Amino acid sequence: MPALAVQQLTKTYKGGFQALKGIDLSVEQGDFFALLGPNGAGKSTFIGIVASLVNKTAGSVNVFGHDLDRDPEGVKSCIGLVPQEFNFNLFLPVFEVVLNQAGYYGIPRREAKVRAERSLRQLDLWDRRDTEMRKLSGGLKRRLMIARALVHQPRLLILDEPTAGVDIEIRRSMWSFLRKLNAEGTTIILTTHYLEEAESLCRNIAIINRGEIAERTSVAALLNTLHTETFVLNLKGRVSELPELGGFVLQHLDDCTLEVEMNRDHTINGLFDALSRNGIEVISLRNKQNRLERLFLEMVDRRVADTGDGA
Amino acid sequence: MNLFNHWHRYWVTFVTIFTKEILRFTRIWVQTILPSVITTTLYFVIFGRLIGGRIGPMEGFAYLDFIVPGLVLMGVITNSYSNVVSSFYSSKFSRYIEELLISPAPNWVILSGYVAGGVARGLVVGGAVMLVAMIFTDIQIHSLWIMLLICLMTATLFSLGGFINAIYANSFDDISIVPTFVLTPLTYLGGVFYSIELLPDVWQTLSLINPLLYMVNAFRYGLLGVSDIPIGLAFGMILVLIIVLIAMSLSLLRRGVGIKT
Repeated sequence: MPALAVQQLTKTYKGGFQALKGIDLSVEQGDFFALLGPNGAGKSTFIGIVASLVNKTAGSVNVFGHDLDRDPEGVKSCIGLVPQEFNFNLFLPVFEVVLNQAGYYGIPRREAKVRAERSLRQLDLWDRRDTEMRKLSGGLKRRLMIARALVHQPRLLILDEPTAGVDIEIRRSMWSFLRKLNAEGTTIILTTHYLEEAESLCRNIAIINRGEIAERTSVAALLNTLHTETFVLNLKGRVSELPELGGFVLQHLDDCTLEVEMNRDHTINGLFDALSRNGIEVISLRNKQNRLERLFLEMVDRRVADTGDGA
Repeated sequence: MNLFNHWHRYWVTFVTIFTKEILRFTRIWVQTILPSVITTTLYFVIFGRLIGGRIGPMEGFAYLDFIVPGLVLMGVITNSYSNVVSSFYSSKFSRYIEELLISPAPNWVILSGYVAGGVARGLVVGGAVMLVAMIFTDIQIHSLWIMLLICLMTATLFSLGGFINAIYANSFDDISIVPTFVLTPLTYLGGVFYSIELLPDVWQTLSLINPLLYMVNAFRYGLLGVSDIPIGLAFGMILVLIIVLIAMSLSLLRRGVGIKT
């Protein structure tokens, strides 16, 4: 039984705009799944329908065996949602926000207090429990949204742009927390604009574009389709003339920085050997562009070319 | 056992929404409870003591005593309506209604919780106004049960009205239109300050289409034992209106009007 199974999911808004065009998608239990797509692709509509915030036009949604039309309460009980935009009563203290959410799920007050404390401690928010929402920073609000979504211990956690606008430190701590949560058995679906986030966290991926699934595969398989990788090398000393290296395309960014494009059948060891033979020493290197980001852009560009849009 | 769990869960959800609503209006009591008490105190002083002293008895009661039921019910109506309309609209505006929409809470539980919150505020303010009235008058209550029942039903009806208003509202302006342009005139013309027997025949007949007239008179019957209209008719009408508004609210929630895309 999949954690989420969606068939022929369609959403047409008033005015005729078709946000989802008969999507079929399945996410297995225990998966860490990324849903990617450009702005307006239909990601938030998709999540909105699964979380009962948007009415679907047609199709079916099944969560852990519960059908959204026949058993909406069963579906909702399984899902925890971290929405893209803040949706708090800004005048309530942190603890009350989480406590109320537990109450909405029918968790008795005594148990709700225990769970709310556990959720807040997990996200390092316990010290802020009496702080009014409006006094929290953006990063803390993001963390609180996760704490709130987990208070009823959902089997499926859906995060819509969970780390948008948070600093690197909080983002990394959220990643670490989500990895742990997934390892403990919670199925996670996330949408993100930080493709590094998807590459780092997720095992499987679906790319949604113009209301359709453009790709549904594993992150590893997708990355294997990359034929070349580009690195930026910081050099020890200046290099004025670039040597010819077979299989590597070198380009100057400045006297001390090189950009190297290499085929996937070559290795970094081979690159370093070739550079060493030419007396070039490397201090550090980094990927020029996130790999997933590159694939994603290629895919979207290809689609635009295929449909003739953007002309 | 399963059924018990189900109902227990619903009960917990109801109590959570209800408690949240109570805490909301008690935290800001200066904005929610005090204004009605001050306004009605001024009514008692000005219309009751100063002007009312020059007006003769109405339906056998001193004018001050006659206006007490209307003023109490006015507080109940205004506050039950505004509590739900402002609370539910705020939750829409700031999107924290989504906390409830994604939860397994059935629509009727959500509606009950908000309406119960509105009823609670209506009754608290009604009770406070009644206490003020006790200072100015020495009314002997005719039927406590009729009084309480009418109060409860009226508060329920207007809480439902506030809920529907909030569902349709798209701005904060929209939540003040009905109270200002519909509720207040209907309340004033609903026999709060006069008996409709004082009106010419045409206006008496027209007054009968004002639902607030029935509520004010039924409440007046409970408090003073006099009414311009049959008490049974008043109960029946309020009950029918409550049923209609419940059906309408649930239908709006089911279709997600104003709250879902």
